[in-house]
Amino acid sequence: MNAFDYAAPQSVDEAISLLSAGNGNIGMLAGGTDLIAQLKEGRKIDLMIDLKQIPEATALSFDEDSGLSIGAATPCSKIYSYDVVQSRYPALVDCTSLIGSIQIQNRGTVGGNFCNASPAADTPPAVIVLGGTCRIAGPNGTREVAAEDFFTGPGQSVLQSGEFLVSIQVPTPAANSGAFFLRFIPRNEMDIAVANAAASVVLDSDKTTIQEARVAIGAVAPTPLLIADAGAALVGKAVDDEDAIEAACAASRAAARPISDMRGTIEQRIHLSGVLTRRAIQGAIQRAKES
Amino acid sequence: MATKTEDYLGITDYKVIGTRPIRHDGVDKVVGRAKYGADIDMAGMLHGAVVRSPHAHARIESIDTSKAEALAGVKAVITVEDLPLQEDKIEDLGEGAANLRHLRANVLADGKVLYHGHAVAAVAATDIHTAQEAVDLIDVEYEVLQPVLTVQEAMEEDAPLLLEDQTTQSLGEDTGQKSNVCTHFRHELGDVEKGFAEAELVIEREFDTATVHQGYIEPQNATALWAADDQITVWCSTQGAFTVREQTAQILDVPVSQVKVVPMEIGGGFGGKIRIYLEPLAAILSRQTGRPVKMVMSRTEVLQATGPTAGSYIKCKMGIDKAGKIIAAYAYMAYESGGFPGSWAAPGAMCIFAPYNIPNVLIDGYEVLVNKPQTMAYRAPGATNAAFASETIIDEICEQLDVDPLEFRLNNSAREGTRRADGPVYPRIGNEECVKTALSSEHYATQLSGKNRGRGIASGFWFNVGLKSSAAASVNSDGTVSLVEGSTDIGGTRTSIAMQLAEVLGIRAEDVKPQVADTDSIGDTDVTGGSRTTFATGWAAYQCALDIKEQLIKRAAKLWEISADDVVFDDGTFSSSDSSKTISFKDLAGMLDEIGGPVMGRATVNPSGVGGAFAVMIVDIEVDTETGKVEILRVSMIQDAGKAVYPSYVEGQMQGGVAQGIGWALNEEYAYNGDGLLANASLLDYRMPTCLDLPMIETHIVEVPNPGHPYGVRGVGEVPIVPPAAAVANAIYDAVGVRMTNLPMSPAEVLKALWAKNGGTGTA
Repeated sequence: MNAFDYAAPQSVDEAISLLSAGNGNIGMLAGGTDLIAQLKEGRKIDLMIDLKQIPEATALSFDEDSGLSIGAATPCSKIYSYDVVQSRYPALVDCTSLIGSIQIQNRGTVGGNFCNASPAADTPPAVIVLGGTCRIAGPNGTREVAAEDFFTGPGQSVLQSGEFLVSIQVPTPAANSGAFFLRFIPRNEMDIAVANAAASVVLDSDKTTIQEARVAIGAVAPTPLLIADAGAALVGKAVDDEDAIEAACAASRAAARPISDMRGTIEQRIHLSGVLTRRAIQGAIQRAKES
Repeated sequence: MATKTEDYLGITDYKVIGTRPIRHDGVDKVVGRAKYGADIDMAGMLHGAVVRSPHAHARIESIDTSKAEALAGVKAVITVEDLPLQEDKIEDLGEGAANLRHLRANVLADGKVLYHGHAVAAVAATDIHTAQEAVDLIDVEYEVLQPVLTVQEAMEEDAPLLLEDQTTQSLGEDTGQKSNVCTHFRHELGDVEKGFAEAELVIEREFDTATVHQGYIEPQNATALWAADDQITVWCSTQGAFTVREQTAQILDVPVSQVKVVPMEIGGGFGGKIRIYLEPLAAILSRQTGRPVKMVMSRTEVLQATGPTAGSYIKCKMGIDKAGKIIAAYAYMAYESGGFPGSWAAPGAMCIFAPYNIPNVLIDGYEVLVNKPQTMAYRAPGATNAAFASETIIDEICEQLDVDPLEFRLNNSAREGTRRADGPVYPRIGNEECVKTALSSEHYATQLSGKNRGRGIASGFWFNVGLKSSAAASVNSDGTVSLVEGSTDIGGTRTSIAMQLAEVLGIRAEDVKPQVADTDSIGDTDVTGGSRTTFATGWAAYQCALDIKEQLIKRAAKLWEISADDVVFDDGTFSSSDSSKTISFKDLAGMLDEIGGPVMGRATVNPSGVGGAFAVMIVDIEVDTETGKVEILRVSMIQDAGKAVYPSYVEGQMQGGVAQGIGWALNEEYAYNGDGLLANASLLDYRMPTCLDLPMIETHIVEVPNPGHPYGVRGVGEVPIVPPAAAVANAIYDAVGVRMTNLPMSPAEVLKALWAKNGGTGTA
């Protein structure tokens, strides 16, 4: 590991100044579970900016009107331990509680998971189906980007030079809604998704018909994918409409464009896109019924 | 069963053996005080790092170290030119052997690199970051060659040759034929052609198994100090300090007495910590700098460049007569040696049909070079691959004959007097008892129900080894005994060895203070491997205790002024034969100064009556047919331990072996890309099972005393890894009707097999 400078700004503005003053070769430190591993593997930076002294980046709060705000440097274990997340956002518990070990969950963050932008990241699909947005600060102020638009390729996002992710905003779930995330890994824990999927549904008042639906899949394309056709296939359909669910699965399989690597093959991943889509939809419907 | 035979004493009322005292090294390991190689720090110590090949197969055209040498903080840079030349000479490592010329070229590549991660140069610098920076500054030019990654490719006539002067030794003769096949051997028993001709049912299948790593938690490490008087001290993590001393002295071309090896606590080995890698590099770097040099591998280096165990291709065929007896068996076994010759088909061939009494057997074994790290032992090396083949075929036979797989195994069981195809005739063994225990187990009696669930059975054998062990012990004035032995303690052997001494002297296990010593402080002791340590070093401790007992009898005689023939020792008490005088071991120990001075015992042994270890596994699994993932529901391991000296350690070995075997079965593999580069050199993607992937592993210890040991001990460490892969494969068949013939049986592979059976790619 090479020597580098370290700074722990106290505010968003101070962080922006540091980013502007730097030469661009900067590592943003939240939990460090990706960054420090990368540095040990040879990534070289000149400056590390630690976000954990910035109030907005570590806040975790809920407001009925504005929804859930997750500071980019909030560790996963804090998120899944938050009672509002447990009662209102179970899909966020699904994804944050299966990343790495408990030690990793005590450090690793959703913000870091987004910015690392691994195609196999486990938190983006859930945030996408929940309608989450990314709050990005930069020299020209703050902007919001839909979670599904944040990613541009493996390891790449819409973040421009001088910008950083401050927080993730997730709207308050509608009445009669439910969301679910799952992934497929060969082991039962401590693994990278071969494929993953999340779904959210809003049911009508008697909980028999799907009014709104969103489906997202991961690890099967250069970025996490919002499968609009999968959601559309479900809208207006009965919760037990097998054909509609199969149409959604087919939409996921059609959208998947995976690679073969040591974690999975193309045909396996396409197949799993469908399997996981079905299980995610069924899980989301079940939660909506129980809501 | 407690009848005295040969060396077995037939004791039935053990005081210490069979109990579970608190282990002597427990507290230090629990609180983190135990010292491992990576804990070493010394004044002036330098840190070493290794330049490794980015290619699987290449000729080294040049190495330019000038930029690295110019970097501030870099104190030395070495290549193979800095290692003394070696002639061809075979060095026995205790478990495996090495040709010194190859060992030298493995620790630092000599002209060619033969696998991704092959060491090319090494540096020493004032800190590890500088050393790593220096590694990046060493320019190596390569002529990249075509890699050869499977035994099938490597055995083709026009395959690229790894070692250009390598010829095939076939049936003991040098064929002179240049080839990647280093050895072809054969075992023959009876008339296999006649056997197959007479068989009612013949089944033949082919099997491929992936290269797998032992996955010990602690990476290889070595610290060396080459002092000004040319005395060399090496601190390292090893299964055998004496084999490290021997190999290091040979590679450095110095007498063994010039090298002292201090074995640190060891975080697992499983056969992988016998060959040396870093020790000579640290030593040469120390000689060049006059300072101690510490080298610790990263996990990536461990996976890329230390010996995994052999992947294999096995063709296996078995023939059954009308009575349901196996009357013929054939195996073609081709195993990976990696970049340099090694022999893992050989032990595999000793195990493949070993649980059965088969009159006609032919086994052809091939040891084959491939562009992978030189393969090494891994817990019953070769036997898991072999049992995967034979035990899968046995399962298919049982299915076709519609017989219970355990009844079939009982009906065909090897027993005392059965000749194994590679020669040995069994003494008393416990295979039948293991099968019977499985048959009568609650697990086997419990019906398995549920969709896509299945039960699998498999047997396993490991022959165990004896080899050299030494022990020395001194009696302390407070009645305790300090025991010094040379077996590095991997599975609690300090305690299981100390218990065998305590049993003789009638003292508590806690009254023995065992210590693993360096190579200057105890007699030669072979590796902790081959399931030999509790058996052989335990025997040395037993002999050592007898030596102490004889001396103390003389001291008691002196005390009482009677003849030593009139002193009796029983259960920790010395008494005169007329019972008029008695004295405890402790009281006598306190008086030694007055009756002749200190007492020390010593023993060296090289026992051969190793017995042999058999095991049977029952596993219940469930297959998710949509994802191909196999969930382990329940496992029972039944194993003959001869006599379980410390039952918890035996259970631990059984559970550890099963856990590793299940990892091998389901997910572990070296994933190479087309260029022969290892794509998964991390524990994230080299998927060993975690505690969440396994249920509690139930253990049944069977005790059929080994006639070749005073306490009936058989080695226990290796055989439990033998049955799991086959047992899981058989369970998958029972669950979903597909025969898996390749390892690992990963979700992708199970899905493929299900698609092949059911058509299409399934439905989502």
